[in-house]
Amino acid sequence: MSITIKDVKHVAILSRLGLNDDELQKYEKELNDVLNFMEKLNELDTQGVEPTSHVLDIHNVFRSDVVEKSLDLEDVLANAPDRDDDCFKVPSIL
Amino acid sequence: MGKIRELHNQLINKEISAVELAKEYLARLEYTNPKLGTYLSLSGEKGLDDALVIDKKIASGEDIGLLAGIPMGIKDNISTKGIITTCGSKILENYKPVFNATVVDKLYEAGGIILGKCNMDEFAMGSSSENSAYKLVRNPWDFSRVPGGSSGGSAATVAAEEVVFSLGSDTGGSIRQPAGFCGVAGMKPTYGRVSRYGLIAYASSLDQIGPIAKSVEDCAIVHDIISGYDKMDSTSANMPSTKSLDNIGKDIRGLRIGVPKEYFGGDEKVLNTLKKALAKFEELGAIVEETTLPHTEYALPAYYIIASAEASSNLARFDGVRYGARDWDQKDVTDMMSATRDKYFGKEVKKRIMIGTYALSAGYYDAYYLKALKVRTLLKRDFDEAFKKFDVLITPIAPTLPFKIGENIKDSITMYLGDICTVTINLVGIPGIAIPCGFVDGLPVGMQILGKPFSEELLFNVAHKFEQSNDFHLRKPEVK
Repeated sequence: MSITIKDVKHVAILSRLGLNDDELQKYEKELNDVLNFMEKLNELDTQGVEPTSHVLDIHNVFRSDVVEKSLDLEDVLANAPDRDDDCFKVPSIL
Repeated sequence: MGKIRELHNQLINKEISAVELAKEYLARLEYTNPKLGTYLSLSGEKGLDDALVIDKKIASGEDIGLLAGIPMGIKDNISTKGIITTCGSKILENYKPVFNATVVDKLYEAGGIILGKCNMDEFAMGSSSENSAYKLVRNPWDFSRVPGGSSGGSAATVAAEEVVFSLGSDTGGSIRQPAGFCGVAGMKPTYGRVSRYGLIAYASSLDQIGPIAKSVEDCAIVHDIISGYDKMDSTSANMPSTKSLDNIGKDIRGLRIGVPKEYFGGDEKVLNTLKKALAKFEELGAIVEETTLPHTEYALPAYYIIASAEASSNLARFDGVRYGARDWDQKDVTDMMSATRDKYFGKEVKKRIMIGTYALSAGYYDAYYLKALKVRTLLKRDFDEAFKKFDVLITPIAPTLPFKIGENIKDSITMYLGDICTVTINLVGIPGIAIPCGFVDGLPVGMQILGKPFSEELLFNVAHKFEQSNDFHLRKPEVK
């Protein structure tokens, strides 16, 4: 598989990275290098092998459904670049 | 300057106060940090306040634990309430966590004194600490060389005795490799053994926090404090904390050591040092035999797919909305996010986000991510098989000596290949301790001792036994 500049643009949009033309070109080469390196896995036949997403023998961990103390509202907003009253403020969405 | 137990005795015998001790380390740190680049921020003022509390306890005759009053450094991806935590990134330049990581709470409870936040590769992505967005870290043994990464600051600061111990994090070798390059001890615990709550995530199925110290015993003391179940981390193993100290000093005669041949492909000088260390283990009564981990050569590509995929998902939270930097020139929220991320993430971080996003995107998920997870199963089987025959496995930490600053940074693949000995251990979730096993051309060489899941206590004992047979951990770099 090889990645074209069109793929790089698509991935940059999915990644929310506003890359300029120079960067897009650079990433085209670098991504191809790295993905070629990853092609090595295709030497292995993994048919019938179960995937391991993590190594611990624990699965869904739930706590009981009761309200517990959470972070103070002022703490939550303390690091916000911009706020309006008790909300995070962002530029217009539409 | 000294080991935890010695300093503890000096404190309780009132030969030195905790404030004096903190001042002594701070004075050294303020002199050497500008040369080594080990810290991104210092918290000496709070450290001195905390030390005063310990002194009051000692004065009133209260019992204090081993870590009380002991100066330490914390890797800058571990949340410290009120102390800026940048993760080595411009995107978190002014970020002050509003809560402590569980490990930090535990260390505070034990009376530890935080002197600062250790420099690192941005978001822990790197093997040389050259990817820090602020400054690079120099190896205390040779200023022209890297200290390893990503916990380069945490390892170099311990080697240079700016603090007694530090915390690092290890996703693909980030505690063990810098510990090896700097000639100190570092433990990457079993996945789930130490809480990750408050560790800014890189790759959640691989990340672990662990201690770095000059001696194995000091590493064990810290590990015993920070390990154990935490309900705030849904991947925390439901087990009590380790009691490694009780286990240190036991005989290792009859211990079965496996030496996986696939790990012995590097620099001859490094390999010869390892071979001498293995001969020492035989002298100590262990049984050393060659073994095989046949899928080793597939670990690196599998690692970089899984780590990048998880990173691309974890780092989506940095969008200029709730914390961190924002680009103010944009009129639309999506443009604001894209511009912010482009401007404030570094090159390697962006690259891994791109690789991970690609590997997870429609049409490629099976070919890359799922394939890598299946290879992970094969790697795990290799280790299960080896541990049927052996109690521990011993390998080099890196195929080379610490390399020159600038030598590998331009070529990602060469840099990635340096992680060949360490990444598999994260993929299979087992513990591994790094300790110095010799010196070549004045540079430390490290080895790693690997064990079954949750065998940290055994690993500390084995590492300690070897350490006590030589003087490598007592050597000191000259930091002028």
